Amino acid sequence: MAKITRPKPNKDRLRRTMMFMNAQRPGLIKDAYIYGCDSIMLDLEDAVAVNQKDAARFSLYHALTTIDYGDTEVIVRINGTDTEYWQEDVRVCVAGGADGIRIPKCETAAQVQEVEAAVEAAEKEFGVEVGRTLLMAALESPLGIMNAYEICTASDRMLGCAISGGDFRTSMHVQIEPDGIEINTARAMMLLAARAAGVQCLDTMYPNLDDEEGYRQEVDLIVRMGFDGKSLINPKQIAYVHERLAPTPKQIAHSEKIVRSCREQADAGVGVYVVDGKMVDPPFFKEAERIIELAKKCGVYHGDL
Amino acid sequence: MVIEKTAMAGTLESSDAQVTVSPADALEIVIESSVINQYGRQIKATVEETLDRLGVTTGLVSVVDKGALDCTLKARVECAVFRSCDASMSNIPWGGAIQ
Repeated sequence: MAKITRPKPNKDRLRRTMMFMNAQRPGLIKDAYIYGCDSIMLDLEDAVAVNQKDAARFSLYHALTTIDYGDTEVIVRINGTDTEYWQEDVRVCVAGGADGIRIPKCETAAQVQEVEAAVEAAEKEFGVEVGRTLLMAALESPLGIMNAYEICTASDRMLGCAISGGDFRTSMHVQIEPDGIEINTARAMMLLAARAAGVQCLDTMYPNLDDEEGYRQEVDLIVRMGFDGKSLINPKQIAYVHERLAPTPKQIAHSEKIVRSCREQADAGVGVYVVDGKMVDPPFFKEAERIIELAKKCGVYHGDL
Repeated sequence: MVIEKTAMAGTLESSDAQVTVSPADALEIVIESSVINQYGRQIKATVEETLDRLGVTTGLVSVVDKGALDCTLKARVECAVFRSCDASMSNIPWGGAIQ
């Protein structure tokens, strides 16, 4: 059977939804791409028992090289750099052609660089283009959050960071709250760091699968805060994030108007002017362009810009 | 590789296969599957090819198949063989004997 070769990973691609899948469960990983999430995250860490770490890697290698995941990005969560497992995890990820590696419990830039060095060595060992494999960091502790900017800028391979609520709440001695009060400061600090570093920022997963109302409330919150996407644990969580992150027809129409008029105004030598009763200047123009770009990526733009 | 001791990999969950290997003088493959009539030959061929790539020429290899895809079957056979040699945890020849 022909080995699957995945296209070169794109650091800035859409990552609205990143769904966890246990790399050790064949029944799950073979169907992962049909759900329509932007990225899947095959897990070698917490989902895999300590005595099955080896078996999970064999499954992962064959899944990566024989299952065609199409446009779905394939990220692998490796074991922590404080374990004896992560180096072999890196080897199998690179050899199998994973798009990226998620570093769990990341607290320092040095950890990122340690993984990067192992990734580069593996790329050379397996004849993979050096620099192909992307990295992202899961921030799961107060120290990780405090060091978020250094972590996000520790390597050119960094696509972004994600907060992991479970471990974070444990280290803060708090439980999950409906309004997110226990974790919102960390979310905001991580967002600032990620934006400052120019990388993407993903929210934690929502564990209460049957609480639809609570889930929607959390998605609404993180969309308004400015997150690029969210970690998920179930396919039924995908649709609402995609719906909330897609620009609305009203936003798109307004953005089109701004982009068009701004081009005309700039040609006429005007910097600030009014569209639909609202002041418009260069920052609005940039935002309007971003909305159009996002609408295109989300498949909801049908104009000609 | 030579199967040095009894080792097992995989589960009896749906879409999985449980593979047990143990030392023996000759190579013997025993397959139990709910889909043996349709896929028995293909399962055997996959197991044989995988053992061949690993250079396993002797041993008793028993497979309890629960509707595993080829890629899962390969992974379970390989893991069982590497476990039987206490070599499953690091420096796996990804893309070499494993492909």
